[in-house]
Amino acid sequence: MRLINRKPGKPSATALAALPFAGIVIAYAVASHFRRLENPADKLLPSIEQMAATFWRMAFVPDRRSGDLLLWGDTLDSLLRLAAGMGAATLFAVIVGVLVGFLPYVRSTLSPFIASISLIPPITILPILFIMVGLGEASKILLIALGTAPVMTRSVAQAVMDLPKELIIKAQTLGASTWQMMTRVVLPQVLPNLITAMRLGLVPAWIFLISAEAIASTSGLGYRIFLVRRFLAMDVILPYVLWITLLAYLIDRLLLTLSRRAFPWNHMQGESL
Amino acid sequence: MSDRPKIAVQGVGKSYDGTVVLEGVSLDVEAGSFCTVVGASGCGKSTFLRMLLSQEKPDRGAILRDGEPIPSEPTEDRGIVFQRYSVFPHLSVEDNLILADEFANAPRLGRVFGAKRRKLRGTVDKTLEAIGLVGARKSYPAQLSGGMQQRLAIAQALLKKPDVLLMDEPFGALDPGTRVDMHALLLDLWRERGMTVFMVTHDIHEAFKLGTRVLVFDKRRHDPHAPQRYGATITYDLPLDRRKIASAPDARDLITQPTDTRPGDQDA
Repeated sequence: MRLINRKPGKPSATALAALPFAGIVIAYAVASHFRRLENPADKLLPSIEQMAATFWRMAFVPDRRSGDLLLWGDTLDSLLRLAAGMGAATLFAVIVGVLVGFLPYVRSTLSPFIASISLIPPITILPILFIMVGLGEASKILLIALGTAPVMTRSVAQAVMDLPKELIIKAQTLGASTWQMMTRVVLPQVLPNLITAMRLGLVPAWIFLISAEAIASTSGLGYRIFLVRRFLAMDVILPYVLWITLLAYLIDRLLLTLSRRAFPWNHMQGESL
Repeated sequence: MSDRPKIAVQGVGKSYDGTVVLEGVSLDVEAGSFCTVVGASGCGKSTFLRMLLSQEKPDRGAILRDGEPIPSEPTEDRGIVFQRYSVFPHLSVEDNLILADEFANAPRLGRVFGAKRRKLRGTVDKTLEAIGLVGARKSYPAQLSGGMQQRLAIAQALLKKPDVLLMDEPFGALDPGTRVDMHALLLDLWRERGMTVFMVTHDIHEAFKLGTRVLVFDKRRHDPHAPQRYGATITYDLPLDRRKIASAPDARDLITQPTDTRPGDQDA
């Protein structure tokens, strides 16, 4: 049988999915083992047990200096910044995206502008933000919002323009005003695209979050890993990276589940990633 | 009824980027006519229909309804059924059918809530029965067969009681058996409502079976060196006595390339 027609069953699909993860864990364990044979105090590839112990300490043992549970404090601060930034970007994307995609006059006015803005590398405006709004929370949230909003807006606008013209014509023959078409025909149909845009926007959003925290912050996941970098504390950095990855994965799955629950009509044909 | 035609098309022409699609189309249609529109692919049938709907504007000429120029955008008095994308995929069957009333009752949000919504949903029972979708009222269009979707599309197009119904190959994607059922449904609705119908079709049998008048679009002149030079117009306008349907097969000769066209082809 041709390779394209051979499909794994459910158990073997699960096993195959686990394979690369198992591979990298084993490769790390082996490499770490041999490095520590030479130097038991090796800092670059700490043992998995040591990382687990450090992670446990970060999560459940109050910090000696501040008395805080560092992991949870860092996580909460980072997630709040991420949520605020993404929330603002999403709100902007849905309002402006629908207007740009649906109303030719708004499109002519704003489309080239947004296209240009979206080409500014967001990190380059971080110093501007620091100077203008200071080193506090506002600059980090603004960086995330400004970095993700233009692309999300364009993708929502494109989704609006990709709606079959037939549906818009049909709505007009049913007596809909422009506003009613936006609220009942356009907006509900692009909400699934908005969620997709959020899922894609989260990838750069994490980058901006970690960068902003690394450069100027006193808390957060990005602050922590860049802080302990000075002590080569790989036993903190590696678990934190895994933790951040896990958070990003969970948020992504959450959005996908939300989309499936809220918009079942959009998930009735085909597989989706 | 006055002697004024329901729809009067006067010397209408349309071209896109130098390609003449239609030229010199003139036509008077009595109220209650069922006009079927046939012709080769790309001969401007769909363009003609879109102009009747005001989805596009003619470059030349005028289209009058009851003696008045038609509005410059699609309006409630002209219903439309497309071959695809006619119903709203994000709304259940019953919500598709109450949408027009929601638009009328809720100018701000376009949506009614609670008891009002339940009451509206109750009003569509008769329609659901007529189109055989009672059991599917909570389903989304993606869960319906092609025939069910088009029945819903027709019912939805008639919600505002338009006196002109426009159809662009409404049954083109359906299998022959389903198509016959749809013909019966459509003819019943047409007789019941006394609407004026324009239906573009690729199926010449369908055209003669349903129409009281068959309009054949074709190019009258053709320049082999500049095919975009001349547009199509109505080359045959056949009023049908419905009892003489048996003569239909001869009409095949009237069309230049009927075998060329299949359901699913998109007209330019």
